[in-house]
Formats: sequence, structure tokens, C-alpha cells
Amino acid sequence: MTIALSICPRRHAAARSALAAAVLFALSLAPCTAMAEAPLVRVSNAWVRGTVEGQTGSGAYMELTAREDAQLIGATCTLAEHVEVHEMHVVNDMMRMRRVQSLALPRNTTVALNHDFHIMLIGLKRQLTPGQNLTITLQITDAAGVRHDVPVRAPVRALNTAANHGSGHE
Amino acid sequence: MQRRAGAVVFFAALVLITYFFAASAPPLRAEPAARVAFHGRDVLAENWNGDFTLADPDNQERSLREFRGKVVLLAFGYTHCPDVCPTTLAKFAQVRRLLGTQADRVQAIFVTIDPERDTAELLRNYVPAFDPSFLGLRGTEAQTDAVTRAYHANYQILDYRGSVLVDHTASTYVIDAQGRVRLVTPYDQSARELADDVAALLRSDG
Repeated sequence: MTIALSICPRRHAAARSALAAAVLFALSLAPCTAMAEAPLVRVSNAWVRGTVEGQTGSGAYMELTAREDAQLIGATCTLAEHVEVHEMHVVNDMMRMRRVQSLALPRNTTVALNHDFHIMLIGLKRQLTPGQNLTITLQITDAAGVRHDVPVRAPVRALNTAANHGSGHE
Repeated sequence: MQRRAGAVVFFAALVLITYFFAASAPPLRAEPAARVAFHGRDVLAENWNGDFTLADPDNQERSLREFRGKVVLLAFGYTHCPDVCPTTLAKFAQVRRLLGTQADRVQAIFVTIDPERDTAELLRNYVPAFDPSFLGLRGTEAQTDAVTRAYHANYQILDYRGSVLVDHTASTYVIDAQGRVRLVTPYDQSARELADDVAALLRSDG
């Protein structure tokens, strides 16, 4: 809508009516537009594991639901030198962790970053204690390949919080 | 009508096939009969020598021998571990709570396999954050290799695209009150099952 207005020439009458038509057309689409402007990704249950003094790495956990097929391609946090998306497997009781370049967020599907995947905060600049909140900015590309920055406010929870609720850990 | 009958036959066949596979599949954790049934894998007959020499956060040498009379829960890990290690240490704290009055007969030990980053100071802050009684130990590279070999554990530290990644065995090792490596329990074993195994070992020891 903004683009349509800005490229329209102002002076010619024909252009003016075209502009009016465009505005009317845009207004008629308003309900659709409003729907389309719902956030690309809904974030829930975000939290960060607290740290002890001297500890410079920790994990962030959350659930993401995209309204269209999207990809999580990275993240940033002002308190960490690097933020990476990691995949973790326990195979034959051996824990392996690797960075993933991108994580698919299929449309209307909740992707949990709480066990097999998590966000790794590396090079933390200060200790994280419960009660604080951290802002992590997710970098997400939509189905058209356009990049979106999605800020997530994540409260810090105690170091000994179990990451994967309901997995059989007591 | 015919189509409906077909669907019924198909469904019945599906049920039968499912039942057949479910019945023929081995149970998830088969316990040999005529033995104390632990949830963890009993390695007593394999005679592991689990003794070690490692340093505590005060740089004092510690060895397994000094914990005779207690059941020891031992795990390998590193403090930058985002998920598995804190979950394991939180589970050990839960085991202590579940043991109630017996809690003081259990010693949890966390051995770092990343002593370069896990300084004595960091271990001193990190490990007791889960329970003040927990002990963090570290060694030289040779000592770390020796202790992981003794417990048939593996670890690998990788410098991967500028970030350090650590792979390691996520099992818990249970050492009985006589200092014998007794059980190996998988990462996903619940605190309740682990507490049951510890209680059984404490009972058998009197």
C-alpha cells in the first residue's frame, strides 16, 4: 500500500483518479492485509537458562509457529558474542551437538526449540540470573525469501531448570 | 455395502498385523530373571576399575577410594553444555530429594571433559548450584583421558566454525558403597528409576 502511494505521480488528474482507485482497492483488501500483517512467527514459552559467574555459554528455548513456510536462519543477542541454532542428538547415549545453518518452520506447525534443537548463546558478557529478561532477535526468512527480524523477550530461569518438560525427567 | 465390508476386512487385518508386531517385538528393557532387577545396566561382572585421580576446585587431589561407604553418581560433561549436563545434574539433585533421609549416603560427582574452559573457579560456582553437596572435578588432558577410558566413555572437543563443540557420553555411572562400578544408566532414565537403583544398592549394602 505504501509503495503504491509513493510511486504515483501527483499532478495529473488521470493519475489522481488512478491513485483514488488504488486507495479504494487497497481499502477493499484491508481485512486481508490485516490478516497478512499478523506476525510471521508466533513465539511462545521462551526462556533462557541462567548461568553462574564465569560461565559464558547458555541455551535459549522456545516454541515457534510460522503462519507461512519459513526458515530460521540465525539469531542475535546484544549480550552474547555469537548466537547459533544447534541441533542435539543423543545416540547410543553419546550426546552430539552441531550448528545448523537453517531450521525449517513449516506453516502452522509448532517447532519446539527445547531439546533436539536449541539456541546457543556463546560469549555471554555477563551472568544471567533469574528475574532478568533477555532480548534475542531471530532472523527468519519467509516463503518469498524476505528476511524478517523477530525480537523475542525471554526471561532467565534457574540454571537447574529441566529443558524438556514432560520427557520423563522428574 | 461391498465397499463397507471391504473396509471392515481391511481394518481387521490392520488390527491383526499391529497386534502381531506388538506381540513379537521384544520388551524395551529386558531384565534377566533371577537377579536383582536394576533399571540401569549392571556392569559388576565386568570388573571395571573406576578409580581416578582428579583435582577439586581447591586443587586438592581426590580419588574414588575416599567415597567408600557412599553410593557415587558420576557423570562427564562441561559447564557450557546447554541441555544434557544441567538436566543430568538437576536429576541428581532430584535423586537426593527422593532418597530423603538416605540422601547423605549419596555423592554426586561431575567430571569435566573440557578442563581448558572449565576452570577450578567455574566448577566451584557451577556444580554446587545444583546441590551444595555436589563435587566438580577436573584433570589434566591425560587424567581426563584416563578417567573416561576407565568408564568406557567417549568425548571429543571440536573447534567448529569458531565455536567449540563438545560431544560426550551422557550416561550416569553408579558406584556402590564398596567402590565398585556397578551400574551404567542412560541419559533418559528418570530420577525416580535412578533413585530406586541407588536405594536398592544402599539396602544391599546394609
